[in-house]
Amino acid sequence: MNVPVEFYVVLSTLLFFIGVYGFIVRKNLIGILMSVELILNAVNINFVVFNRFLFPEKLEGYMYGLFVIIVAAAETAVAISIIINVYRRMKNIDVDSIKELKN
Amino acid sequence: MEFFTANNIIFFLLAAVILIFGFLSVTTTKILRAATYLFFVLFAIAGLYLFLSYEFIAAVQLSVYAGGIVVLLVFAILLVKNLGEETENVSCTKKIVSAIAAVCGVVACLVTLFGYGFQANENADELAANVNMEAIGQTLMGVDKYQYLLPFEAASVLLLACIIGSVVIAQKEKKEDKK
Amino acid sequence: MDYTILLLAIPFLMFLFIGLLGYKMSPKTAGLLGTAGLSVVTVLAYYTAYVYFFQNGMGAEGVWDKITVFNYTWLDLSNATRPDLRIEIGMLLDPISVMMLIVITTVSLMVHIYSMGYMHGEEGFQRYYAVLSLFSFAMLGLVVATNIFQMYIFWELVGVSSFLLIGFYYKKPSAVKAAKKAFIVTRFADMFFLVGILILSYYTKTFSFESITGNHAALVHETMGGLTFMGCSVTAIALTLIFLGGAGKSAMFPFQIWLPDAMEGPTPSSALIHAATMVVAGVYLVARLFPVYYFEAASVLTLIAYIGAFTSLFAAIIACTQTDIKRVLAFSTISQIAYMMVALGVSGYFSAGEQGLGFTASMWHLFTHAMFKALLFMCAGAIIHAVHSNEMDAMGNMKKYLPITHITFLIACLAIAGIPPFSGFFSKDEILVAAFESNKIIYVCETFVAGLTAFYMFRLYYRIFWYNEPSFEHTPHEAPRSMTVPLIVLAIFTLFGGLIPFGKYITPESLGYEIHTNWTIAISSVIVALAGITAATIMYKKQNNIPDKVAASFKSFYVWACHRFYIDEVYLFITNKIIFGIICTFIAWFDRHIIDAFMNLLAWTTNLVSDETKEVQSGSVQQYAWIFIMGVVTIVALALYL
Repeated sequence: MNVPVEFYVVLSTLLFFIGVYGFIVRKNLIGILMSVELILNAVNINFVVFNRFLFPEKLEGYMYGLFVIIVAAAETAVAISIIINVYRRMKNIDVDSIKELKN
Repeated sequence: MEFFTANNIIFFLLAAVILIFGFLSVTTTKILRAATYLFFVLFAIAGLYLFLSYEFIAAVQLSVYAGGIVVLLVFAILLVKNLGEETENVSCTKKIVSAIAAVCGVVACLVTLFGYGFQANENADELAANVNMEAIGQTLMGVDKYQYLLPFEAASVLLLACIIGSVVIAQKEKKEDKK
Repeated sequence: MDYTILLLAIPFLMFLFIGLLGYKMSPKTAGLLGTAGLSVVTVLAYYTAYVYFFQNGMGAEGVWDKITVFNYTWLDLSNATRPDLRIEIGMLLDPISVMMLIVITTVSLMVHIYSMGYMHGEEGFQRYYAVLSLFSFAMLGLVVATNIFQMYIFWELVGVSSFLLIGFYYKKPSAVKAAKKAFIVTRFADMFFLVGILILSYYTKTFSFESITGNHAALVHETMGGLTFMGCSVTAIALTLIFLGGAGKSAMFPFQIWLPDAMEGPTPSSALIHAATMVVAGVYLVARLFPVYYFEAASVLTLIAYIGAFTSLFAAIIACTQTDIKRVLAFSTISQIAYMMVALGVSGYFSAGEQGLGFTASMWHLFTHAMFKALLFMCAGAIIHAVHSNEMDAMGNMKKYLPITHITFLIACLAIAGIPPFSGFFSKDEILVAAFESNKIIYVCETFVAGLTAFYMFRLYYRIFWYNEPSFEHTPHEAPRSMTVPLIVLAIFTLFGGLIPFGKYITPESLGYEIHTNWTIAISSVIVALAGITAATIMYKKQNNIPDKVAASFKSFYVWACHRFYIDEVYLFITNKIIFGIICTFIAWFDRHIIDAFMNLLAWTTNLVSDETKEVQSGSVQQYAWIFIMGVVTIVALALYL
């Protein structure tokens, strides 16, 4: 009597695109970072769910999800140090103020 | 009637928490509140993992994500907070345009996924019970075909690099440059 | 006769050589090279004439043969319906072309030698000699043309050399203007020439002179005989257009405006081009196509005669009033060329009686005129060289200082006035006889012009060589030997040119002919000439006020004549006010507002598009992410539904 796989998939899709929406909308750099976390977590749900319902005897999805968490942590650390650097230069963390690649 | 089994209710509860707090996290204007909502989302996802009886990954999620990353984010927010600039206003056009992108994406993904037809394994529950700590440990530290020692070590090197990198990037500038 | 290709090749090679490498040579080397090349050509020309007239002699039926030495096809336009339509470059030897060879090479050689002295020290000496060689090449190519298109090509080349020589002193604005005027006027006339060629060749389906003029113009008669267009016969239209082209080059009315201004060029080039050779190209053209004119469009010949008569009168009247000696000579040239045209216009064929005399007389006058007019110009050059001015006011009593120039100038003046036994008498007399035979009005007109010619030439002679001596800045000295030797040579030609039995060699149908003297006309023309000379002697030998009284009695007519009857002003008015002012304003507006605006529109559109599309690269990560998502969605949608 399990919840059907499709429900989990819908959940993870919605979460993913909520994260995408947040990424495009947010003005604050840290807000963008949080949206990226949402995206990563949605993907993680996907991996784990497929592992649980489609290949329960194997552990590929499980391990992969583990590594996603590790990498996300590392990447967040680096991103925060960059944001701090940007803050030092621009005195604010508006994403509109770092358009040096313009034109 | 069969719709309201215990499994379904718990699932819908967790799903509701995740989605609502996720949505709030991206649309709130105050950044600290967004971090808080994110925390709740991560918590609920850990709950989801527990629901799927994957204890280890739930624990990792809680300790690394909810306990580490969110704390880091909060520290960063407090470090770069400008007093009096707590809110951010986004123009309507941008919201609508991004909403369109998101909705299109959802539609595309769902159409694809539902077109696939996932075949759930009948014995999922019994087989999942075999995933105990011993199995996980052996998979993580083993060197056979489906075992993940090498990625494990690579991940540790990655973490080292990230630590060093973030320290270098966030360093204060040398005193001579400031003159 | 194959060596005759050297007649064209040598001047052309000299032009290339001196033109391209002239800046490296010393001026003297360039001059000597040019002169050497041309002397070889002159010797060859004389040799060709000797072979043609004396060795080959008359062919069958007592007719001089037309020899085509070579004929290379340059552009083949033939197909099944027109098997003979080709543009060829070739050499045709026939009595008039051989005579022209002699004239051109002799005068050109004299000019080359003379220029060594006259142009000494001038800037651009090498360029001058290069263009002289180009001109000689082009003129020689013109006269030996085998087909009408070759003649047109060399016609234009001659125009170009003339432009280059008139504008030789390119730093003088008046010279540049004059060169432009000459080229544009002749080019405008050449437009008519081209249309005439096209009409003629469209029907006869050939360009070659032998086909068109052979057999008393039978081909033209067959193909164009009965055609009419708007009431005129097509042949007449084509031939009139061709004549208009010739009229432009030969400075007939109304195209004569360029020749007086062309005197801005150096005097030796005026002697070569604008007295002896280029300006007779129009006469030569009519002579070349004479069978067609006579047999198919005799009305055009009458038109030519009247235009010629009018022009000669017109130019003679103006020449009486000019004070610049080169301008006097220029108008004199216009007048004499008109004489040649008149002679052609009244001419017929010997086979029909005495009629063919006009043709012979015209060619004879061409020959003698080239000699004495070149001599006159060169003497003028010597005088200008001595007093450094063109105006008559700076001259007087030059016979004391320039003895050789004086004698040769006098010989030339007597020749042009028509006093026996100088050559001019014989040729002019024959023209008058021909005119008398066909059209009395023209005869009277031409006799009057002969009187005027004598008058203004002797006015010039006395005013320069006798009159009162003005104050000279420094004493005039005789010209150097390089300048006086050509004068003497040409004077000899002028003296003895009349003794050549021209009729034997040159007639319309290439037969021989014995010219008899018509004593009535001869004596009357001499009397008229002497009257003119006497009038000039009375008015100009010593300073007196008779000229002013005569001028006052003519009042406004004199003023008009002095200003050349304001023809130049009329032309300027038409071009500036009417063409530029009215017709061209619309064209200028169209060019600026529609064509330029279209270009601006293209540029503006590009700018606009680029302004919009460069926003894509905004540097905003969120925008990039948005595009990324939409792109993926698009690809998925495409993959799903295609």
